[in-house]
Amino acid sequence: MRHLMSPLDFSVDELDRLLDLANDIEKHPGKYKHACDGKKLAACFYEPSTRTRLSFEAAMLNLGGSVLGFSSADSSSAAKGESVSDTIRVISCYADICAMRHPKEGAPLVASQKSRIPVINAGDGGHQHPTQTLTDLLTIRSLKGSLSDMTIGLCGDLKFGRTVHSLINALIRYPGIHFVLISPEELRIPSYIREDVLRAGNIPFEEVERLEDAMPQLDILYMTRVQKERFFNEEDYIRLKDFYILTKSKMDLAKEDMLILHPLPRVNEISIEVDDDPRAAYFRQVQYGVYVRMALILTLLEIDTSTLSYADKESTGGTQC
Amino acid sequence: MLNISGIQEGFVLDHIQAGMSLRLYHDLKLDRLDCSVAIIKNARSNKMGKKDILKVECPVEALDLDILGFIDHNITVNVIKDSKIVEKKELRLPKMVKNVISCKNPRCITSIEQELDQIFILTDEKKEIYRCKYCEEKFRNTKKR
Repeated sequence: MRHLMSPLDFSVDELDRLLDLANDIEKHPGKYKHACDGKKLAACFYEPSTRTRLSFEAAMLNLGGSVLGFSSADSSSAAKGESVSDTIRVISCYADICAMRHPKEGAPLVASQKSRIPVINAGDGGHQHPTQTLTDLLTIRSLKGSLSDMTIGLCGDLKFGRTVHSLINALIRYPGIHFVLISPEELRIPSYIREDVLRAGNIPFEEVERLEDAMPQLDILYMTRVQKERFFNEEDYIRLKDFYILTKSKMDLAKEDMLILHPLPRVNEISIEVDDDPRAAYFRQVQYGVYVRMALILTLLEIDTSTLSYADKESTGGTQC
Repeated sequence: MLNISGIQEGFVLDHIQAGMSLRLYHDLKLDRLDCSVAIIKNARSNKMGKKDILKVECPVEALDLDILGFIDHNITVNVIKDSKIVEKKELRLPKMVKNVISCKNPRCITSIEQELDQIFILTDEKKEIYRCKYCEEKFRNTKKR
């Protein structure tokens, strides 16, 4: 039995197979609509989440399975003081697979050690959020055709942004990746990523402060939100929250085929006027998030997809945005 | 010069950084052994200037070499039998340490689930960096020489 705790849990080959499956789901959603008939997903969310929880639920429903769970610690037995280890033992009796989000770092790993069903880390504090990284990789590979030989700009909060750290760790496994790290001085990438990951791996990168300077060379621009909850000091947050705003005029500096990604939610770092630009891929990214979670559920449940029929291929397996 | 009698069977931990012997005494749980233990502090050393020494009169099997290696792998372990040194054990950084140090990250799951073992994994042997198994918080043993 396998769990998913970190995006690096999958080898590059395994990841390729997972992304291939996600692309097949995208093309033939009907083929998969009964793949998880009779299976149940426990969505155990100890802290609020809109996108990730609904994405997991949509993924399981698209596969014909059903969903149970809770969406805050207050509505779970954690409020009575039950440990994660005990909770997962109980959940193992109710469901076939569990997606867990927890504010404490390492909680899903603790769950996986006691679980009788596969556990997916759906975000643990500022630590890991592997399904976001899988979503990012699927989006880039699907829209660019590959995960190698490109210049990727990461912009905004590079200090606290776990999605950025995970994406860097995942992308350095592919050849020809060049990073442009765009952030204010206070939100620069942590030294353990700069030294232990980028420099140690001889990965080409540069650090700049002005988005305009970086734009012309980028194949991907990954925007991030400055997260209020990561600041102890409100003044610092207010000073930095509007540091980068991607506007139509800045987009004029970008390549014709550059893609804008964002893990969402957006606050005001991408102007609404950019949404209609064909290079804005962040809402398509959300859709890819459902496909990759469907592929992940099928993979961890070890469902043999080779026997699934194309008979229903034209019927919908989910809502497209 | 202070004179401490030799031991018949046991082990001598030599070249302990001066001032570290009491920490070793506790971390190795030597206080729980029913045997003679001599703690020598600030002994003169050609190599180190001054050093601490621990002499313990009990079989070496009672010694947790992983904990010792984690605290300071430069310590010399002399195994004594019939009042003679019969073996010098080499210490290495253990791949994992359990319940020796605690994770200081307030966001770590170990901060609220106290029954969990505190497990640290060696992630960089060269830089002697351990990381919490759960949250990957870095631990560097700054008390080492």
